[in-house]
Amino acid sequence: MEGAPPLLEALDLYIRFGGVVAAAGISLQVYPGELLAIIGPNGAGKTTFLNLCTGYLRPERGRVLLEGKEITGLPPRAIARMGVARAFQIPQLFTEHTVEENLLLALAARKGFWKWSYLRDDSRRQRARDLLALLGLENLISVPVAEAPEGVRKLLDVAMALALEPKLLLLDEPTSGVSSEEKFRVMDTLVRALKTQGVTTVFVEHDMEVVRRYADRVAVWAEGRILAEGKPQEVLANPKVLASVVGVEE
Amino acid sequence: MSGLLFLALLDGLVYGSLLFLVAVGLTMVYGVLRILNIAHGSFYALGAYVGVVLGLFVTQTLGNPWLSYPALLLAAVLVGGVLGPLVERFVLRWAYARPEVLQLLITFSLFLILEDVQKLVFGVQPYFLDAPFQLLGSAELGGVPYARYQLVLVLVALGVLLGLRFLLRGTPLGKILVAVVADREMAQALGVNAGRVYLLAFSLGVGLAALGGALASPTVTIAPGLGAEVIVLSFAVVAVGGLGQIEGAAIGALLIGLGRSLAVYLVPELDVVVPYLVMVLVLLVRPVGLLGTVEVRRI
Amino acid sequence: MRQGSLLLLLIATVLALLPLFFPWLGFVFTLALAKGLAALGIALLLRGGLVSFGHGLYFGAGAYAVAFTLRSVPLDTVWLLLLAVLTGLALGLLAGLFLSRYRGIFFAMLNLAFSMVFYALLAKFYHVTGGTDGIRVPTPTLLGLTLDRTLFGEALFYLALLLTLLLGWGLTRFLRTPVGEALAALRTNEVRLEYLGIPVRRVILLVYVISAGLASLGGGLAGVAVGHVVPELAFWVTSGEFVYIAILGGIGGVPGPFLGALAYELIRTFAFKYLAFTWQLLLGATMLLVIFFLPGGLWTLLGERRLRGRRATAP
Repeated sequence: MEGAPPLLEALDLYIRFGGVVAAAGISLQVYPGELLAIIGPNGAGKTTFLNLCTGYLRPERGRVLLEGKEITGLPPRAIARMGVARAFQIPQLFTEHTVEENLLLALAARKGFWKWSYLRDDSRRQRARDLLALLGLENLISVPVAEAPEGVRKLLDVAMALALEPKLLLLDEPTSGVSSEEKFRVMDTLVRALKTQGVTTVFVEHDMEVVRRYADRVAVWAEGRILAEGKPQEVLANPKVLASVVGVEE
Repeated sequence: MSGLLFLALLDGLVYGSLLFLVAVGLTMVYGVLRILNIAHGSFYALGAYVGVVLGLFVTQTLGNPWLSYPALLLAAVLVGGVLGPLVERFVLRWAYARPEVLQLLITFSLFLILEDVQKLVFGVQPYFLDAPFQLLGSAELGGVPYARYQLVLVLVALGVLLGLRFLLRGTPLGKILVAVVADREMAQALGVNAGRVYLLAFSLGVGLAALGGALASPTVTIAPGLGAEVIVLSFAVVAVGGLGQIEGAAIGALLIGLGRSLAVYLVPELDVVVPYLVMVLVLLVRPVGLLGTVEVRRI
Repeated sequence: MRQGSLLLLLIATVLALLPLFFPWLGFVFTLALAKGLAALGIALLLRGGLVSFGHGLYFGAGAYAVAFTLRSVPLDTVWLLLLAVLTGLALGLLAGLFLSRYRGIFFAMLNLAFSMVFYALLAKFYHVTGGTDGIRVPTPTLLGLTLDRTLFGEALFYLALLLTLLLGWGLTRFLRTPVGEALAALRTNEVRLEYLGIPVRRVILLVYVISAGLASLGGGLAGVAVGHVVPELAFWVTSGEFVYIAILGGIGGVPGPFLGALAYELIRTFAFKYLAFTWQLLLGATMLLVIFFLPGGLWTLLGERRLRGRRATAP
């Protein structure tokens, strides 16, 4: 946790789209093993931050470091290979494949991609079942993704990121679209697994209850800047923060 | 500047003008309908055939070769006004919702059909119409005689370029076309009748291709295979200039026209290769073409 | 797909035996196999969402490689075909290194451009390539035997059939490997593949090179079968025909393009013989009818629901 050098470090990130400054000098440290929540109103630049950290966007100014190594400007593929996995605000899935096939590909990407063997090899299928069970999706193996409801798609997106056995996991609203009963059951299981495996997690959230229950630290975004940062109890009691994110809480 | 080089540049300008006339319709149709019409060259060829037939009729049967000019224009209007709506309504209409590959195949099938239609209607023998070319005689340019007709072609191309720019920026129809190109859903939400817009845009594109063919007919022999040759040259122009960009088509046509002429002047064996070399070089450096726009996916 | 493969096997066996009774069919079938191989390459790329309108480059390269070689060295058919494949693989690698950066219409057009450069060179350099007249391809030996033209034609068909079956089997297996499945995934979400750490460009390059090798094998085969090579083999219309055949035969993954090629060659041969200037019209009309009226099932390659032999059923 804190005290150890940061796993991910963003230094003074700046990017502008047309007239909008989506990141106005963002600096943030993410420490090994912690669960950091990112909150803030829509359009504040939270997803842009994830895009910048994973190489989908190149900052005009600033740097990103992973375990002390410079990763600014590297493509997403290279960063993924360095142990960073991501789930998206709009689930990025292979829409002509089934739930299982999506996950099998993610698992193959992790290991054995260039081998002359079937995608559906038994050990991989078993691992896929285990991952799906973790997220409550074990009964939906053969469902074509195109027919799956939003909540399932979101969780599958998360499962695919987990399949990479990452050091750093970035989740963008992981439980949006998931029903309230499901939400905490899934988060309980997920967070327990992440903590056990020592995975560092950053997740963007709109549900303050989720943030309160699971986050070790919170960073608040507003208009491309970090408004506040710290433990959930402190940050969520901060009047400036409440004013900024009011209307976002469910 | 040596006389030969000057002539080469002039030839390049003329050739580029013809290329522009053909290609601008293709790029415009892509811009509005988002379909790359492989049969575009066939409309060029049909414009040429109809132009020659009408031209020969007025020259030989009516005995007035000066009427061949309006005859050529009439050919373009006929092809654009008749075939344009027919093809749009009965073939393209079913292509809009389909995957890109199928759209390409649909227009490719149209190309195949029109190739044979040309042979069936006009036969396989070559056609010549040189009255429009001869009537205007030649002018002295830098001490060298140059066919006036070819200079007229340059003027026509310029006129079309300016006319299209005015159409798109200065008229209500043009603004609607631009809106549809920029954001189709928004335009429809604002009440634009997409069907009619597509029909008009496509017919205009076809008419322009036919105009190119008709105006080119006095300078070439009209025979089967004309459309197939022209279409790839048009692709080259459009790719270089940027899909959907009218000014881009002008730049692309000029580059390729001049490039080819200079090749004829300097390295004659490579003249046919130049258009494609230019295309490859431009696309390698700027994949979307010189004036093309890049679309980045938001995630 | 069990019932389907049995039917397919039956049809294939009947077709394979026909040339024994009608030798001229052997020629038609060999051409169908040749174009089918090229179309198979196109189909592979289509699976990944890429259309090439320029595989005439490889088809022509394979054909001319055979023609040039036979001018100086009387190699056996088997070696000639191998040479054709290697030519395609090499050219495909060179071109693919550039082309794998592009997608969509730009990929299609750049392929077109490359092939037209090749076509123009073939047509222009008369003294080397025979220009638009082309080059005659004398009948080579086959497996060491010198055969008369008719017998050679039949034997060539069976050799081609064997090669096709072997390649088809290999490719079917390839499509079930992780790389093969990633190819299919490419069409729907390239970004996700990148985020999984998968080198998309390398996958595309691999498939592109394979498709080039298939096309050049087809070209070499066609060259030997016809006995003559012409620049038209590299013309954009030929490239378009491969795409046409791939789509026509859409169903069923690997066997599809060969069904399409067979239909194509049969239509072309008969239309050519009986209705002079209408074979293109017929082909064009056929494709339009197929696209507009055949139910979704045929277009499994293209965005409509895919049947990959396993119907997805909810529990």
